[in-house]
Amino acid sequence: MSTIPKGPRPKHLTVGRIGLYCFIIMCALFFLMPLYVMIITSLKDMDEIRAANILNLPKELSFYAWPKAWSQACTGFVCEGLKPGFVNSVKITVPSVIVSVALSALNGYALAFWRFRGAYFFFGLCMFGAFIPYQVMVYPLLKIEDFLGIYSSLPGIILVHTIFGMPILTLIFRNFYASLPIDLFKAARIDGGNFIKIFFYVIIPMSTPITIVAVILQVTGIWNDFLLGLVFAGRDNQPMTVQLNNIVQVDYGVAEYNVDMSATILTSLVPLFVYFISGRWFVRGIAAGAIKG
Amino acid sequence: MVCAWNSSWGNKGVSMKNSVEVKNISFSYGKTEILNDLSLDIKEGEFMVLLGPSGCGKTTLLNCIAGLLDLTDGQIWIEDDNVTWKEPKDRHIGMVFQSYALYPSMTVEKNLSFGLRMMGTAKDLINEKIKKAANLLQINELLKRKPSQLSGGQRQRVAIGRALVRDAKVFLFDEPLSNLDAKLRAELRYEIKKLHRDLSNTMIYVTHDQIEAMTLADRISVMKDGLIQQLDTPKQIYNKPANLFVAGFIGSPSMNFLKAKFDKSNQNIIVGKKQIDISKYENISNFINDQEVLFGIRPENINIEKNANSFQCKVELVEPMGADTLVWTSVEGNPISIRLEGSSNYNLNDEINISFDIKKSSIFDSKSEERI
Repeated sequence: MSTIPKGPRPKHLTVGRIGLYCFIIMCALFFLMPLYVMIITSLKDMDEIRAANILNLPKELSFYAWPKAWSQACTGFVCEGLKPGFVNSVKITVPSVIVSVALSALNGYALAFWRFRGAYFFFGLCMFGAFIPYQVMVYPLLKIEDFLGIYSSLPGIILVHTIFGMPILTLIFRNFYASLPIDLFKAARIDGGNFIKIFFYVIIPMSTPITIVAVILQVTGIWNDFLLGLVFAGRDNQPMTVQLNNIVQVDYGVAEYNVDMSATILTSLVPLFVYFISGRWFVRGIAAGAIKG
Repeated sequence: MVCAWNSSWGNKGVSMKNSVEVKNISFSYGKTEILNDLSLDIKEGEFMVLLGPSGCGKTTLLNCIAGLLDLTDGQIWIEDDNVTWKEPKDRHIGMVFQSYALYPSMTVEKNLSFGLRMMGTAKDLINEKIKKAANLLQINELLKRKPSQLSGGQRQRVAIGRALVRDAKVFLFDEPLSNLDAKLRAELRYEIKKLHRDLSNTMIYVTHDQIEAMTLADRISVMKDGLIQQLDTPKQIYNKPANLFVAGFIGSPSMNFLKAKFDKSNQNIIVGKKQIDISKYENISNFINDQEVLFGIRPENINIEKNANSFQCKVELVEPMGADTLVWTSVEGNPISIRLEGSSNYNLNDEINISFDIKKSSIFDSKSEERI
């Protein structure tokens, strides 16, 4: 006897659904596999690693690789682990993110609301700038910084990151601001706001979602950068990625895979953390324009 | 002439002095010309409505007055002050937008006080002004809320309040009621009119809604393609439209039109096979023999009665609207609507005799489309 339809439609598990779940689970496993290998390898001692059962769980947990990677592993001639690299990366990332996001927000605001002569041309230049591979600009920029006397220094690397971040961030901010109702801006002008006041009192309070997107992009981008850090930061300010490379790429002695693995995980913790806490905001910001009075 | 439109609310009065003077302004977006050599004087305390279909330049004109757009040519004067090059904030204006344009991150109170805070007004004075405006607009309970927690009608009240606290000399409204539902729209329309009665500020109001224009305005300026078609009191515009466009735009259901030819010897116009005696028309002496004309008559100026000048026709459609009933018929193939009392009872295919009230008709030249 069939039941009479009433209320919400009952949910059936169809073949298609099952297939979909299988696919999703397999994808997840595929991408989690390297992480699994990294974590268990970092918890094995070298004898067990040499036994070459890469997927086996460690017989005996050994934590010595982690503190070694953090504070004792040799990066070139000094053996202080990744800690100085972490500090350097923070010193590079924080000011670079703040400066580039702040300037880009201001740029995007000017482009979206104060349509000066040549604004479209400038906007086109930004688009162009956002898609030029930055390797092309490394050498000229190096010469310029050398001329300015900031090559191989903290301000030098911060300037480079700020410059390379700005085109794409300006685009993002400009597009977000262009989606805000123009009447708001008009009302603020009648209410007596000037360029700066409107930006601070009206525009910035509405910019939370897009600012979060910009910060995530910049933090992960700058933290993960290797090439620019290697070229522009100088020996004293090498970021974590460069030091990680120095740990892993040993030319002499024994390759300690457990230390390499824990060092790699340590280096990627910051971007991972940023993604985990801000994923929700990231999606919300990307789908933005969703601000209604 | 000046005081003719100053009767309905008995407000403090429209003076002879101009509050806003628009002098020969032009505005174009790149190569597209929106306004060309437009002039308009608005008296102190006057409620001026800019009315027209979308794209007629009315909002552009308002934005030019507000200083949100830079003129290509001409001058704007507000309160005897040439403000052509002045920033919007220095023009003594307040503006209310269709989209409300409330700052979403600020409470109602902060929204109201934003302009004053930007000017560096003292806190006590700000509070006093907010209190006054909130009382006037009955939004006292809403002061601590954010705009997203308000209904459309409440938001628009706050937006009006924002103009109010700034002690603006001139209020600019940019289709403020268009986003509201019909009932709220009527309510707020009434309140805006009351506000004007009480404050006697100069108000410039842009709308495409002819009911709003008719009810609110001291004078209406009907616009089309960046040109002012007619500038007059609502009564004049309704009863004596200056051209075919104005006649067709104002009034709902719109004016009925019949293509006709003037016959000077009989002082008749000939519509198909029928003749209509127009000897009672006010400007009868202006007609030329054989002139091609359009005879316009409003639905309420057609009577159902049998006389020497009436036609027989058939009821083709009946639209009861409560207060009145609209009966559709046709004369020589042209659809004609007749507005009758709500209680009148006609059925499909009834034979009726209709006659036109010639004194209240409008006749236009076919070529120039100007009123004769």
